[in-house]
Amino acid sequence: MSQTPAIYRFRLYVAGEGPNSLQARANLHALCSEHLPDRHQIEIVDVVREPRRALEDNVLLTPTLVKLSPEPVRKVIGNLSQTPAILQAFDLRPASQ
Amino acid sequence: MSFGVYGSIKKCQTGIVGLDEMTRGGIPQGRATMIQGSAGSGKTVLALQSLVNGARLHNEPGIFVAFEENPQRIAANAATFGWDLAALQKKKLFFLDAQPTPDLVQSGSFDLGGMLAAIEGKVKELGARRIVFDALDVVLGLLDDPAAERREIYRLHEWLLERGLTAIITTKMGGEVGTLPTKAPASMLQFMVDCAMTLNHEMVEGVCQRSLRVIKYRGSSFAENQSPFLIGEIGVEVAGSRELTGRTVNVTSERVSSGVPRLDTMLGGGYFRGASVLVTGSPGTAKSTLCGAFAEAACIRKERTLFVSFDSDPAEIVRNLASVNIRLDRFEKRGLLRLVSARTGLISAEMHFMRIRALAREQKARCLVIDPVSSLSKHGNSPITHSVVERLTDWVKSEGITMVCSSLLDSVTPEVESTPLQISTIADTWIHLSYLVHAGERNRALTIIKSRGTEHSNQVRELMLSNAGITLTDVYTAGGEVLMGTMRWEMEQAELAKQLVVQTESRRQLADLKLAEVDLTGRLKALECELEAKRAERDVLKHSDVLHQSGLVARQLELRGLRGADARKSVRTLVKP
Repeated sequence: MSQTPAIYRFRLYVAGEGPNSLQARANLHALCSEHLPDRHQIEIVDVVREPRRALEDNVLLTPTLVKLSPEPVRKVIGNLSQTPAILQAFDLRPASQ
Repeated sequence: MSFGVYGSIKKCQTGIVGLDEMTRGGIPQGRATMIQGSAGSGKTVLALQSLVNGARLHNEPGIFVAFEENPQRIAANAATFGWDLAALQKKKLFFLDAQPTPDLVQSGSFDLGGMLAAIEGKVKELGARRIVFDALDVVLGLLDDPAAERREIYRLHEWLLERGLTAIITTKMGGEVGTLPTKAPASMLQFMVDCAMTLNHEMVEGVCQRSLRVIKYRGSSFAENQSPFLIGEIGVEVAGSRELTGRTVNVTSERVSSGVPRLDTMLGGGYFRGASVLVTGSPGTAKSTLCGAFAEAACIRKERTLFVSFDSDPAEIVRNLASVNIRLDRFEKRGLLRLVSARTGLISAEMHFMRIRALAREQKARCLVIDPVSSLSKHGNSPITHSVVERLTDWVKSEGITMVCSSLLDSVTPEVESTPLQISTIADTWIHLSYLVHAGERNRALTIIKSRGTEHSNQVRELMLSNAGITLTDVYTAGGEVLMGTMRWEMEQAELAKQLVVQTESRRQLADLKLAEVDLTGRLKALECELEAKRAERDVLKHSDVLHQSGLVARQLELRGLRGADARKSVRTLVKP
């Protein structure tokens, strides 16, 4: 309990204003405000504007969410509509518990 | 859309000769082509090869998007084909590793928009004209939603068309060959693309038979039959359109020697240049020897020759033929003759054909020997062999190559003179070798069953092998029976003795006649002499008569003179008879 809770750093790769991309942004914000209030950072990368970055980071399917910290780095693809899968992947407990 | 547009559809060569032949010039330019096939059917190699050829031969940079395999591994696998990927990768070829990571977590739907945006950047950078999406099914499968799959296929297709990229999309296919993919999105892809082909590989009696079939091609005709292909040393080689070339053949009445002088005579001067000759017979009837004789004769004429043996190794062929004074080693050393063993049993007839064709081209062969061509039908190849042999004959003819091939006959009875491959109808000249077993002997007989466009002997000849070479001897027919070997020899000896008697008799008669002639001439001479004598006698007699008369007159004149009469005038009157 005395430990300071870690800050979650996310990077979300999206492709312009596509439906999945818009949904992913909305879903990520909702998830963070529910489960990680005040301890998250979100970076949005639009691969349409920065195609090189997608190639360099080897992120091709959009949307892709990357959890950069805390370790380990994890990737989730999709519009983030299925919250339980994300929580499990990021080692987060559902808020209700 | 007007027909004019269809007619002017632009094509993009894949550089795979057989495939470009089947598609009448290549895959549709600026459109999508789908290649489907089961695992290991060669989709990736075919797609990559087409991309590499585009970059190398047409200077069209390309991008390879790998969904299933690590691009480095793909490149390593392709290294054996000698495409020099390393050099290409600097400027003209880009591999994109698009494998979904194994620990991928999915939450909800996603799309290919990001990937296409990323590729777009690369397309601009390279100036890419061609693109391959290898194993698109892998990424579509992740969507796990038919509607989403359809959406992404549509997205991809639109993206390709807008950019005018010539694309190959490969997908896995299960189940029956040639049937539509059962999964709806994949079948949708098939409907969407302008060109679709399936790759298939199946085992027929333990031999891998690969085949390629073009299923559809919008706005273009194409070879509808499936064509065999192989993944060989330089990559995919497609047999190509299995239609016969129908090319006009340069017909010549030039003759080339069969290597057996007597056989040349029987054929009216030898084989025709550019003809296909078939030598059939049971094992051991000297088919190979006849083939060897032809090869040797060709080399003596300084014509480059390829000898493909399905039975023996080159060294064995040389040794065996040397025993009948056919010496091929000297020509092999000079490169005039190339002996190739095709004894590697377990490959398909198509592969053999492609190999033979490649070798013949390499050797620049004017003469070709295949011994025996019936080996092609072994190992589950029988259904396709006829077509292979037909195309082989067609090809050889169009190249003006004179070909002699032997063929084993299943049946030992010479009456059933049909070849297992029915290639006899294709061959221009058909020589049949058989055994005649008689009086404890087995002798070889040679017959010309047919020879198109040339007079040929109808005689059965005995074929004899010795260390001096091949000789053809007249067989002895007596009382409707054909005799060979010792029997023939005995009959010949008997004949000889009979002839001797006849000869002696006639000599005696001749002598008699001569004697008679001499006799008569002598007598003629004697008579002539006698005649002469008689004539002389007569003359003498006549003369003496005149003398006698003139003597009388003279005496009268003298008398008259003495009497003083007018002598002169009277004398004249008197002398004149």
